[in-house]
Amino acid sequence: MNDPVDVLIIGAGASGAAVAWSLADTRMHILCLDQGGWMNSSDYPSTGRDWEAKFYGDWSTSPNIRGRPEDYPVNDDNSPIKVVNFNGVGGSTVMYTAHWPRLHPSDFKVRTLDGVADDWPIDYDALTPFFEENDRMMGVSGLSGDPRSPLTHPPMPPQPLGLSGPVIGRAMNKLGWHWWPSDTTVATMDYEGRARCINLGHCTPACAQGAKASTDITYWPHAIRAGVELKTHCRVREITTNEDGMASGVIYYDKDGVEQFQPAEVVIIACNGVGTPRLLLNSVSGRFPNGLANSSGLVGKNLMFHPYAQIYGFVKEPTDSNRAPPTCLWSKEFYDTDLSRGFVRGYGIQFGRGAGPVFEAVASEQKGILPWGADHHRVFRRLNGHRIGVSAICEDLPEEHNRVTLDPVLKDGHGIPAPKIDYTISENSARMMDHGLARGREILEAAGATDICINNPIPWGGWHLLGTARMGTDPARSVVNEWGRSHDVKNLFIVDGSIFVTSGGVNPTSTIQAVALYIADQMKQRLANLFD
Amino acid sequence: MSAANELNSIQRDDLRNLAAMIVPASDEYKVPGADDPAIQADMLATLGRDTAQVAQALDHLARLAGKPLASLDSARRDAVAQEFRTSGGGAAATLVRVVLQCYYRDDRVLRSLGLELRAPFPQGYTLEQGDWSVLDPVKASPPNLRRAT
Repeated sequence: MNDPVDVLIIGAGASGAAVAWSLADTRMHILCLDQGGWMNSSDYPSTGRDWEAKFYGDWSTSPNIRGRPEDYPVNDDNSPIKVVNFNGVGGSTVMYTAHWPRLHPSDFKVRTLDGVADDWPIDYDALTPFFEENDRMMGVSGLSGDPRSPLTHPPMPPQPLGLSGPVIGRAMNKLGWHWWPSDTTVATMDYEGRARCINLGHCTPACAQGAKASTDITYWPHAIRAGVELKTHCRVREITTNEDGMASGVIYYDKDGVEQFQPAEVVIIACNGVGTPRLLLNSVSGRFPNGLANSSGLVGKNLMFHPYAQIYGFVKEPTDSNRAPPTCLWSKEFYDTDLSRGFVRGYGIQFGRGAGPVFEAVASEQKGILPWGADHHRVFRRLNGHRIGVSAICEDLPEEHNRVTLDPVLKDGHGIPAPKIDYTISENSARMMDHGLARGREILEAAGATDICINNPIPWGGWHLLGTARMGTDPARSVVNEWGRSHDVKNLFIVDGSIFVTSGGVNPTSTIQAVALYIADQMKQRLANLFD
Repeated sequence: MSAANELNSIQRDDLRNLAAMIVPASDEYKVPGADDPAIQADMLATLGRDTAQVAQALDHLARLAGKPLASLDSARRDAVAQEFRTSGGGAAATLVRVVLQCYYRDDRVLRSLGLELRAPFPQGYTLEQGDWSVLDPVKASPPNLRRAT
């Protein structure tokens, strides 16, 4: 048996890294287990001439396509939106667009303001210092002063607008609609040991320059220097409990596939909105026959994805193509509820700068705008390097029938039951998506774009995995309390996106990490009576 | 049926002929077709995890054509190709993607497009600042953030 630790963190991604770093100053013995390993930036796609081809295989955002030993399969056949993620030190921050909006203050009060879903048990003000701390730790670039977003103080200047930004900005100005340079975790200057962005052009499948913040190069070096222990290639099968109903540790498979038991005084789960319910549902016992921390029956339920309605077209002017970070601007014009639109809540818009030649050829051929035969070359030259895109990131409201369960057949490489997703796009979300596409078309037409195409939803767009172990003060209606502790198991905490009550209409990673830091801070303040 | 890890000679012939239909050579743009030997060699060498899907697509193509694609007259070949793309599903899409991803990394093709013959890293690219005055009207707009209470 391994020596007991004070705190065991499961998952070394966005939230697990932040919690590990924050708790390190307690001087407790903290151990993190991750099913993947450390990344090697020399292996990243942009280091090779076949960089775009890798997106369709070894560097796909889909774990089912990628199929690395570190990945676990996901049965998402019964969902129009497929789960995407990355497994390894850094988690999905290794493989994300680095777009860095925060949830708005109003997002924490949706019941009060709009009569839907539930209010969060915490508010934006409680998170403000942790948003700021997280922005410093991750290294954020942006332009302070957006009139329609929460005030931020990015430590680095914004990305250049490049060629695509002004094209989009002029179109938005013509329509009189809000837009603003995005906050991103792309370093625009040398920052804390990270080199500045050199426009490798495809932030999503990992940044060989190290300009994009991922927690393997931001939080983890600090946490490890402060004494946190991180064991890689260790896949946790289940959380065990003792006769008092407290978590006693975890059973995991080590890098050699050998089953191990790791005792711990406190267990923190940081496995995202699919991995966390999967682990809890796999942790059954006589005392917890329906899975751990599941007396509410809500573990795995209320899955929220953020359906993406994407529309794009091609302008006469050259755009930035693959020679810039893909996201650079956002709009909050349609973020807040306006019932005259036919739906409640709203969506953010993130704009796309363009695409590389292989992606353009493949996507345009599939859409039927790039022909086979003699005319192929002429049309390709009109399309390639001229794309701009508009994506409405729609607030998904919690619905219990959207859920993560355990697949009765599918298992990972260690024989652990895999997650199964059952998800439908709600009528409200569908109306929101249609609205976003209609407004997106107006934007593209104002920019003079032609050959307009849509993806509704983006099928491999399940980046944001939220809501499946929700936070709340009522144990009958939530899985964890207002500071992340399980209602049922007093030494079990959850810190990832699964505890989101609602989803907002923006990329959630900034808020996930702020909430994780908030929970760590709450734990530190309550160390003397953490289990009361 | 095809072996899981390689294409047979009939499949390779059909792949070459279909690739030429997708992207033919062009004197105007001074580019080879996707049936160019070097591009074909790249496809076969890097098929990897796509081999089974591509083989499945080529088997489907063979059923539609009834004989080697090259032996069909032009009109029949076009009709078969169209039917293949319509009815071939994910396997056909994979085959087309394999053709395009190898074609659009060929030096001659990239040169014709005015693109540099290199990986993005470590040199990267220069991104101009762009016209920031476009943002002035938004900067001048009043704050409008929905209150939480």
